[in-house]
Amino acid sequence: METSITRSRGSKAPIEAVMNCVFLVCGLTAVASVVLISIYMIASGAPAVAKIGAPRFLAGQIWNPESGKFGILPLILSSITATGLAILIALPVAISVAVYLTHIAKERTANAILFLIELLAGIPSVVYGLLGAILIAPIIFKIQTALGLPMSGSLASASIVLVIMILPTIISVSVSSINAVPKEYNDISLALGSSKMQSIVKVILPAGKSGIVSGIVLGVGRAIGETMAIMMVAGNAPIMPELLKPARLLTVGVSMEWAYSSGLHREALYGIGLVLFAFIMIINVFLSFALKNGGAKR
Amino acid sequence: MNSITGKRKRPADAALYIIIVSFTISVSAMVVYFIGYILFKGVRGVTLSFLTTAPNPINNTVGILPAIINTVYIIFLSLLVAVPVGVGGAIYINEYAKSSRLIRLIEFTTETLSGVPSIIFGVFGYVFFCMFLGLKVSLISGAFTLTLMVLPIIIRTTQEALKAVPVSYREGAAGLGATKWYMIRTILIPSASGGIITAVILSVGRIVGESAALILVAGGSAMYMPKGNFFQQIMGSGSTLSVELYRYAYSRGENEIGFAIAAILLVIVILLNLTIKTIKKRLNGGAK
Repeated sequence: METSITRSRGSKAPIEAVMNCVFLVCGLTAVASVVLISIYMIASGAPAVAKIGAPRFLAGQIWNPESGKFGILPLILSSITATGLAILIALPVAISVAVYLTHIAKERTANAILFLIELLAGIPSVVYGLLGAILIAPIIFKIQTALGLPMSGSLASASIVLVIMILPTIISVSVSSINAVPKEYNDISLALGSSKMQSIVKVILPAGKSGIVSGIVLGVGRAIGETMAIMMVAGNAPIMPELLKPARLLTVGVSMEWAYSSGLHREALYGIGLVLFAFIMIINVFLSFALKNGGAKR
Repeated sequence: MNSITGKRKRPADAALYIIIVSFTISVSAMVVYFIGYILFKGVRGVTLSFLTTAPNPINNTVGILPAIINTVYIIFLSLLVAVPVGVGGAIYINEYAKSSRLIRLIEFTTETLSGVPSIIFGVFGYVFFCMFLGLKVSLISGAFTLTLMVLPIIIRTTQEALKAVPVSYREGAAGLGATKWYMIRTILIPSASGGIITAVILSVGRIVGESAALILVAGGSAMYMPKGNFFQQIMGSGSTLSVELYRYAYSRGENEIGFAIAAILLVIVILLNLTIKTIKKRLNGGAK
């Protein structure tokens, strides 16, 4: 890449120097955005956390702005539960589809399925919310009625919607990591007498593990940040997570009461935003580690 | 397969094979069902007056023209800023940057930016664009917020395209005495244009589907046509198609209208994906 001919050509024309600066500024925009977002999220979220008190904010179990109770533990736990459940269900499905696409399907079939998966990734989250409310929530309603619980949006519906939404992410990352496994691994394993399935489970998947891990981390990020679809199916009551009861996730905690909040209430919503932002930054650091390790192994 | 590997049947293999195939079939069938369901439920609601009028509470008719206009404005304004900046950023990383540290920093922040959830962009956009810069809850605040959201898509896709341009093109241009900017303008950008167009289409998809951030920074309803001249219009608040879907289906429980908008969004998404596929095919065909 570092070819001396193109790099060394120092230019005298002023336009060259100007364009150099312009491109530098463009390049630094992403850096500046992340810095600005971090500063503003902390500056707007920290005052509320300080006023309410970090332990009472983060570990408080009751969210009731009218009586000045701002505990977001139920929101944090609901987010973690829904995300964990979604990953747990989506992972085996996504890996199966990825294996099918890379090692079983003929090229045309694989292309057709990939097109469907890409569509799934492109569908707006409000559309998922609508589908979830019309197609998935009623199934949960039946279970709730059978158990004598009130019919409502639930953590279960939210998790199922999340499963569908993170499938394309995990599938596409897994497909590329499986494709990156050298073909010889498979050939050698087959030549040593293992069956196709044994070679997939014992050789190819372990070799592509780091890529699949980064797929999972990306999926976690997507799930924990999803707002609209969840708001439309989760019922949104700020109570401790229970599968068949309504749940409010962190993201919904911000958007739900946004329109009619003011004063400390609004500041507390910024605080929830800050907590969510902290989660996402931690996930990002994990992701860059996962990618780095993946790169080192290959 | 063949006789050597195919001779011994293992029940565990067969079970695994069945699991893999049935998961794949279920996922594919689910996508097809979703698409069919939305189109079937939504298509009846998409009439000419639905597309070409504003909502009229007196006649009790519903129309989404204001939302369509708001969507077009936000797409146009976001891309106006994001495309030059994103393409410029990719060119900087690929052609100018010499310090690998700086390249890694830019790539890391781009990754970070693409992982930030839209609700966080909404909160940031509200605090920064609406309040700090005084742009209020408006289409322009929405466009700036979305600019940040699509920036990583444009940078990454353009970077891929630039990497695919052979080094010999750059050397050839330099050998003929072209300056760097001249080479970028006349060789690199045209060669990478397929990638840049793909980036634009991906961004349009993201913008059309966005809702959580826009509710906070651009407003939650599209009852009236935007008023005044262009600048007054973009300084006013208004919601896009996705936000309207949410408002009708969730806030007001009018699922019929929700499905009609969902069908429109879905058709847009399908068309965008087909266009990307065509571009990819043409690029690959050209290389051969």
